[in-house]
Amino acid sequence: MLKINQLHKSYPIGDSSLHVLKGIDLEVEAGEMVAIMGSSGSGKSTLLNIIGMLDEADSGDYILDGVPIKNLNEKKAAIYRNKFLGFIFQSFNLINYKNALENVALPLYYQGLKRKERQEKGKFHLKKVGLLDWAHHLPSELSGGQKQRVAIARALAADPKLLLADEPTGALDTTTSYEIMEFLQQLNDEGKTILIVTHEEDIAEMCKRVVRLRDGVIMEDKKVEQVRASEYV
Amino acid sequence: MIKFLFDRDTWQEVYDSMSKNKLRTVITMIGVWWGILLLIGLLGAARGMENSFNRLFGDFATNSVFIIGGTTSMPFKGFQEGKRVRLTLSDTEKIQNNVEGVEFVVPRNLTQSLVVRNMLSGTFGVAGDFPLLDKVQKKKLLHGRFINQNDIDNRRKVAVISEDVYKQLFEKDVDAIGELIQINNSNYSVIGVFDVGNIQMGPSDDIHIPFSTFQQTYNQGDRIGWMMITGKPEFNIVQIEQDAELMLKNLHKIHPEDDRAFRGFNLGKEFAKITGFLTGMQFLTWFVGIATLIAGVFAIGNILLITVKERTKEIGVRRALGATPFEIKRQIVVEAVFLTLIAGLFGILTGGWILIWLDSAFGQGPDATLVNASVSIFVVFVALLVLVSLGTIIGLIPAFKATSIKPIEALREE
Repeated sequence: MLKINQLHKSYPIGDSSLHVLKGIDLEVEAGEMVAIMGSSGSGKSTLLNIIGMLDEADSGDYILDGVPIKNLNEKKAAIYRNKFLGFIFQSFNLINYKNALENVALPLYYQGLKRKERQEKGKFHLKKVGLLDWAHHLPSELSGGQKQRVAIARALAADPKLLLADEPTGALDTTTSYEIMEFLQQLNDEGKTILIVTHEEDIAEMCKRVVRLRDGVIMEDKKVEQVRASEYV
Repeated sequence: MIKFLFDRDTWQEVYDSMSKNKLRTVITMIGVWWGILLLIGLLGAARGMENSFNRLFGDFATNSVFIIGGTTSMPFKGFQEGKRVRLTLSDTEKIQNNVEGVEFVVPRNLTQSLVVRNMLSGTFGVAGDFPLLDKVQKKKLLHGRFINQNDIDNRRKVAVISEDVYKQLFEKDVDAIGELIQINNSNYSVIGVFDVGNIQMGPSDDIHIPFSTFQQTYNQGDRIGWMMITGKPEFNIVQIEQDAELMLKNLHKIHPEDDRAFRGFNLGKEFAKITGFLTGMQFLTWFVGIATLIAGVFAIGNILLITVKERTKEIGVRRALGATPFEIKRQIVVEAVFLTLIAGLFGILTGGWILIWLDSAFGQGPDATLVNASVSIFVVFVALLVLVSLGTIIGLIPAFKATSIKPIEALREE
């Protein structure tokens, strides 16, 4: 599904530069649920952004679903993001003047789908996250957990091969966090490949594999016994 | 692209982002609205002023010149300087037949006379005229008619009097037509009353009598007081004046370089000065209007730029969801064009109202300052076109700004 080889990334800071990723090798199979852990500054978000094509690596190879991701112009990157990837952000990043359904249907708009089709697909995914009744509410009328579920529905809308979640529970309380994790586990059970960046141990334990980063290198990469979030809810 | 413009979602997006920021939408639109309002208001007012000038001069053939005999200042062919130049009726015929571009030559005579009716009297300018005068100096007749060829042929003792004369010699509400007035102790019957225009050109002529009658009564013979020459529209009146004077100098044996022999008043030249002033004013109007318009469009660009900055994160999200830079730019440009277009149309509409108001406030009556203050549809369309293209260009700036930063940086923005 995903193959990364000797990935390097540094950011210029004044005259010097900060070497954030120092040769990352990572392989993720289809159907995996991987937690990327590390303290702040370890490079975990940068890694996720490069995987998400929001940022570009300085050197190294990155192959996503058999497609080498290299020398992308913005247009191509946008099309790949739309086709391959679904994003879930810590701060939800819903568009605040669009209602839940419109938010969910937005990636479909950029796929060029007809309005009716978008509405149907959007409703389908909203139903999946249990928020069909809230379809016409604005994000400001939703709770944090609901917002994140709308965001997940939006990430799912375009039927991506890979879900990327950057601290998906970072802005939520524990109970809601577990609800979200339970939902992500369900998606994974259905076969979705999910990458989660987190610094919370309990969230990482709910994945099937934990990759620990420190100072830009992978310290540890191990399969774990998945803790089902439903046990806590 | 056409499909995009007719897509409901496009306009939904425009509507959403505009209604989300009502204040900035309104402020932006005020900028453009004000610009086009000023443009239309100023242009309309300038046009109204021009029209009112034209109406003032409308009674006169503006392409005309008066030539009056003067006194020579140079000796020539045995004549001493100081010879009085007396124009004759035959001069007018020669000019009519030989000077290129002449339309009419109207000989005129004028004298001051005591005019009496019953117990009322006054001294007025009495002019001997041909019917042709009506062509070069349109008489606005309130009652009756002007002198006709029949009057000339029969040397009839008829008079066309001005409203002022009428007021001085007649009691209120008396019908003057057919009444007799005494000019220089002989009776004339009044055949017409005319309204004196707003502007008097040349000596004041309150009473017109047939040229032939004047000749006989005042014993003028072939002499005339002065002549009015009008040129055909495509000819330069200054040139016609020079040609005519040169010919007259030749006929009257005057030194060709004697510039005192004739006194002329070139109406065309004077009129050109006023037209020049009006042209200048129109230029100023355009300049001010367009400058204001550009300022308004820049205001739009500025506010869009701020908006794009505000919406950086949203744009980042959209790009993460798969919006291509082109789609983002297109949306912003459509927004800019839509804003300018709506504001522009609104400006045109209110500009029209202003012109209607100007017309009702200053455009009524015969002495109106602004006559028919209006703007041509063509000008309006050009202004609109300029607005839309400026809107597009100005929309491109924030559009490029929005897509120039990497999506990840856009997402980090708070």
